[in-house]
Amino acid sequence: MAGVSDAELKAMSQEDRAAALGMTTEQLTGRTSMIEFNADEEERFTYPWAPDVFYNKRADLDTTELTTTEVNTRIRELMNEGYGHITVKDPRGKHSLGVGILSRLTLEFEGSLGYFAVGLIDGPNVRIKGRVGWSCGENMMSGTIVVEKNAGSTFGAAIRGGDLVCKGSVGSRTGIDMKGGTILVGGDTGALSGFMMQRGRMVVCGNAGKNLGDSMYDGTIFIGGEIQSCGVDAVEAELTDLDKAWLTRKLGQYSMMPDQGVDHFTKIVAGKQLWNYDNLEPNEKKLIL
Amino acid sequence: MCGIAGLIHRGKRSSVGSEMTSMLQALKHRGPDSTGFAVYGEPKPGDYIMRVKVAEREFMDKGHGVQAILDSRIENLESVLALHKAEVRAKETVTPYALRYVLGHDGDTEDMARHIEELEGIEILSMGNGLELIKDLGDAAEVSETYNLGTFDGTHAIGHTRMATESDVDIRSAHPYWAFPYNDVSVVHNGQITNYWIKRRQMEHKGHRFMSNCDSELLAVYTADNLANGISLEDSLRQSIEDIDGVFTYLVATKDQLGMAKDTMAAKPLVLYESDDLIVMASEEVAIRAILPHEIDTTDPYDEEVRVWQA
Repeated sequence: MAGVSDAELKAMSQEDRAAALGMTTEQLTGRTSMIEFNADEEERFTYPWAPDVFYNKRADLDTTELTTTEVNTRIRELMNEGYGHITVKDPRGKHSLGVGILSRLTLEFEGSLGYFAVGLIDGPNVRIKGRVGWSCGENMMSGTIVVEKNAGSTFGAAIRGGDLVCKGSVGSRTGIDMKGGTILVGGDTGALSGFMMQRGRMVVCGNAGKNLGDSMYDGTIFIGGEIQSCGVDAVEAELTDLDKAWLTRKLGQYSMMPDQGVDHFTKIVAGKQLWNYDNLEPNEKKLIL
Repeated sequence: MCGIAGLIHRGKRSSVGSEMTSMLQALKHRGPDSTGFAVYGEPKPGDYIMRVKVAEREFMDKGHGVQAILDSRIENLESVLALHKAEVRAKETVTPYALRYVLGHDGDTEDMARHIEELEGIEILSMGNGLELIKDLGDAAEVSETYNLGTFDGTHAIGHTRMATESDVDIRSAHPYWAFPYNDVSVVHNGQITNYWIKRRQMEHKGHRFMSNCDSELLAVYTADNLANGISLEDSLRQSIEDIDGVFTYLVATKDQLGMAKDTMAAKPLVLYESDDLIVMASEEVAIRAILPHEIDTTDPYDEEVRVWQA
């Protein structure tokens, strides 16, 4: 430490010594993340630094010769120029396209995407006219993503809000760790879907693989077809009129209503019998379950 | 993490060497350490195609005297071929350490192969009627150019880009793997096998040989053993899901079939495209797009899924 000798440091109080060494001793307020929105504002729909875009201002982006980084950078440049409707052409399964978009935008992909497509988004409406690889929409906060073909595994992992829609079938571990929002699947889903789900709703019009809803804390899963098996603490619940009305509205919104309606759906919820729901130790709980 | 790829043309031949090169190059980011191809040409009855390496590539860096050692090993190899009355119908020295032989042989091929592999520094990469197995350090484009795969016509192929996690970066540990006694079987694998040593010991007790410490080699030996015992490829793949512990997706090719299997967790990826005359699969769609740039429908096979396609 320039200008301060060891003897001087030793003579200081702990707080002064920490400050002299460049460390902070401020008391944390309990909130460590950056506050983005003012709670007093009437409408808080956009980040303060989000670009103003206009939905009628359209741009096409041919990605044949571009890398993922170049595509994502170009999308941001177009948004900063005010384009609110961007069509990405010929993505050819590239990974991580359209990630981290935190403002309103209509984004279309004319083709299929690879892994981590449009993850970490908060606001845009996305349509993918193809399929997606693993982890589409991971951690999305709000907005909509519609995939017109199939999707890979971990579809909608840890999403917190918005609608994530796949009109085809999806892979395994769909909605793993989801904390909110809605996942809609037109076809089947694989094993361990809804694993450790915490909030939100998942609707699968087709079949579900084994261990559905394993260790789910909360949230609701609706399955239109066969369930190979339910996971630990996932139990069937009564499909209420309110559920049916919601399913009808939500599936209708994306033109995914099955021919036979929604009465045949099976509703799966958390049984809330796992150890984390009481004060018993795991070993004690084993004696009961 | 490794990348795997496979393709099979039904009822026709195509430039599978070039196609597999494009696919594996697109998967380079999944494994830059080594690249391997198992390509299947037209089987010629009576001909055995043997791909063999007489040294690891790092051996070439040992300096003065290396070539003399390689020449000596090749001489020993050809002495063993002569001893077993194998007729050398063609010979190609692809690199100083990798050779391709076309052999005529009526005797016990397995016995001859075991004899060859007793020689110092020599490993048979493949021996079969249709199979040719090429693997080396570097990316797909480099390996393909070195081994002139761009001109290889055939019906099907599998390939692998390796990120070394369980064993060394060398040709011995690169995929695909081939195993006795079923000549034309090859395997590529993405995953980790957790009961490798137990199953390896079982296979060794049956008399099978292992050339590496790579867990993926077990799948080749396991499959070869099953096929040699009359079990169909589909049944072998299905049984492997019970027998093999760990997370895996693997592809197996024989002289006229291509198969795939996924573990009980579906923890390793595979994207699949099927049409009437072509089936293509890879760890990532970007590899399929490398040869089919137009929009296509693809799917993800589920956990415990097994599929087999005929050429």
